[in-house]
Amino acid sequence: MILARITGSVVSTIHHSIVDGKKLLLAERLDQDGKPTGGYLIAMDAIGAGQGETVLILDEGSGARQILDDDKAPIRSIVVGIVDGLYGA
Amino acid sequence: MLLGRVIGTVVPAVLVDELSATPLLWIQPLDREGQADGDPLVCADGTRMAGPGQIIYWVSSREAALALDPWFVPVDDAIVGLVDEVRNYSSEDLA
Repeated sequence: MILARITGSVVSTIHHSIVDGKKLLLAERLDQDGKPTGGYLIAMDAIGAGQGETVLILDEGSGARQILDDDKAPIRSIVVGIVDGLYGA
Repeated sequence: MLLGRVIGTVVPAVLVDELSATPLLWIQPLDREGQADGDPLVCADGTRMAGPGQIIYWVSSREAALALDPWFVPVDDAIVGLVDEVRNYSSEDLA
């Protein structure tokens, strides 16, 4: 799983049926200091994450399909957690 | 999934049978600001509604094969949806 920050959302009307009623979030990847790395990904929301939140994103297809309970879902990245705190060594 | 812009349509002369019903579009991957980022690639169009100039989002690998109808054709990148708008939250909202 990866740590990312929700910095936007993607609005889409025409899409695969699995996206119906789901929120697509624009997530910025974070480095070990919690700063953006410059990389991003579009992840489907499974838990109600919102703007500015640091989240845990599962970036693996089989796991995403398990969460969506659809073995044909063409989704790889899914927000599975909202992070409250990060404590480094 | 990542953002991309359709920059062209690919018209194949000869294609493996499994891909014969699949529209193929030429895509320029974009960064989150909408600027070109990386090398162009060819995506199968799962929506069958994208066209040149359209901003889309796409998946790669196994998920690409699942995005199409009929599903599980041998593709490595596929369009999942068309983008109406990308909302970037303002820095005040994110603070």
